[in-house]
Amino acid sequence: MISRDWLLDTSPTSRLQANAGRAYIAAGQLLRNPLAVIGGIIILLLILTAAFAPWIAPESPVGQNLQNRLLPPSASHWMGTDELGRDIFSRVIYGSRITLMIVALVAVISAPLGLIIGAVSGYFGGWIDRIIMGVTDVFLSMPKLILALAFVAALGPGIENAIIAIAITAWPAYARIARAETMTFCNSEFIAATRLLGASHMRVITRHVLPLCVSSMIVRVTLDMAGIILTAAGLGFLGLGAQPPLPEWGAMISRGRTFILDQWWVATMPGFAIILVSLGFCFLGDGLRDVLDPKQSGKS
Amino acid sequence: MAIADNSTDGSLHGVMRFVRSLAGFVVVVALTFLGLLAITFFIGRVVPIDPVLSVVGDRATQEQYDAAKIAMGLDRPLIVQFFSYVGNVLGGDLGQSVSTNRAVAADLVRVFPATLELATLGIIIGVLLGVPMGVAAAVYQGRAADQIIRVLALLGYSVPAFWLGLVGLAVFYAGLGWVAGPGRIDIFYDGIVPPVTGLLLIDSLIAGDTDIFFNALDHIALPAVILGFFSLAYIARMTRSFMLDQLGQEYVTTARVKGVAEWRVIWVHAFAPIRVPLITVIGLSYAGLLEGSVMIETVFSWPGIGNYLTVALLNADMNAVLGATLVIGSVFIFINKISDVLYRILDPRSRS
Repeated sequence: MISRDWLLDTSPTSRLQANAGRAYIAAGQLLRNPLAVIGGIIILLLILTAAFAPWIAPESPVGQNLQNRLLPPSASHWMGTDELGRDIFSRVIYGSRITLMIVALVAVISAPLGLIIGAVSGYFGGWIDRIIMGVTDVFLSMPKLILALAFVAALGPGIENAIIAIAITAWPAYARIARAETMTFCNSEFIAATRLLGASHMRVITRHVLPLCVSSMIVRVTLDMAGIILTAAGLGFLGLGAQPPLPEWGAMISRGRTFILDQWWVATMPGFAIILVSLGFCFLGDGLRDVLDPKQSGKS
Repeated sequence: MAIADNSTDGSLHGVMRFVRSLAGFVVVVALTFLGLLAITFFIGRVVPIDPVLSVVGDRATQEQYDAAKIAMGLDRPLIVQFFSYVGNVLGGDLGQSVSTNRAVAADLVRVFPATLELATLGIIIGVLLGVPMGVAAAVYQGRAADQIIRVLALLGYSVPAFWLGLVGLAVFYAGLGWVAGPGRIDIFYDGIVPPVTGLLLIDSLIAGDTDIFFNALDHIALPAVILGFFSLAYIARMTRSFMLDQLGQEYVTTARVKGVAEWRVIWVHAFAPIRVPLITVIGLSYAGLLEGSVMIETVFSWPGIGNYLTVALLNADMNAVLGATLVIGSVFIFINKISDVLYRILDPRSRS
């Protein structure tokens, strides 16, 4: 049943067929963009690494071996060992789990929150809109990292609190996008028709407004991922994120700071992992924007 | 007569409009600042499970704890607490720091110039390199120069600032010995120059001490270049996109057809209209450098506001954390709004 003709049918007979067809066309365009493909491969590798970490990593991420401390990179320790003799490569591999968990949780918390708040604000307008946009304005006029730092300082260090703090600073940007999207079509006829059919505001928002905001939200969230990873690593570096002995990349760089002048590999190696994953999200986000949101392509 | 009447009428209107936009500006800044205060108040008094403990620290004695609780007025309703907090901040009282045992406001005044010096040098480097790079990327669109600049810009979004700082120290200080190590100046020269502006580079020139000037320059070079790199990435990317818009316009083709030299077409004809949006971009990245300086200052032990903030974080010194957050946030808001206003004044289209 699923053939190329069925997917590309210009008069689809079901919603499923229409959605599948659109996804097929978008995927085709994405695959023609080399940077997006590279980005996609990097993200796929990250997910696979996180899933199969115990099979990929040659050693335990937390087991200490003081005889092997601070060994330079070699055939048996690709990225060298740290001050407790732990294999840095294994720790970087396990660290992918923490990074993936942070970005996934931040996205899962802040994107739907921003989406709903923004859609409600744009749909109802009036004083609700003014209050909500006032709040997002204040959040957006604050530097994100500083705000996240202050929140973690109040909540106390730890990976859960770091995730909460980053999510709190991330949602206003999504609310602005969802509001702008909602306002472009909330006065259109299909919304009025749905209302006339007796649909409640709740139903109009969840079934007719939100789905139309999703594609620009996906683009924005993917582009923001690099920033989220850097903020999380920064919190880890300052000792406010994941706590030892968790192999979080930012915290690993922080541990290596003491040895940077002689044992450069301890701090440097986890940094390459951060750069690679952030670049992957940047590439994929750029590609997704060209496909899903052509108006915006080429701009910042 | 009629013409003269019109012109006075016009200028009067102009003055009125200016006054009105100024009043609007003040109201917007005041409201945003109030919102910022609400956030810091919320972080300081509502989020922590025990706000008193977060201010006095967990090593405080019972008397200190009780005194702080009464001093903070935690028995009063939240809204009353909020207004007394706003009153305190407007009066310049940000509370005491438990790690330095001084008033937070005085501490911040002392450390701010170091950050200002670093961020200003960073933005100068970012603008001087970023704008020409962005123009070059647009002119040679799709060619090698464009690709290199694109990769540099993407790296600016994906390299952690603290990591780049550490690698920079390892390579240029420990490895090659091209620059001085962490800190603002060699210990040996510390505190010799009388502080006038608080900016060491300027103070040493005022004092006429070139040794100290070059030593300070040696220390600031690496952190400023690294900060500059992050603003460069953003500035170059935006310049490229503005410039591409202009180069595709018909007036550029007209100028070329008329035989205007290519450098003149680029730097005089096409560059003129993008100066105004560039000011906004530069303003935003200058404000962004304040944020970036938190990480860079920590790595380079630079005695600025970012370092002050991270030291306060590690000591759970909540008054100092919120004070620094408030100052950085205020500067951020102020620069943002100023570049908004500059845009409106300089762009003739937005005047009507």
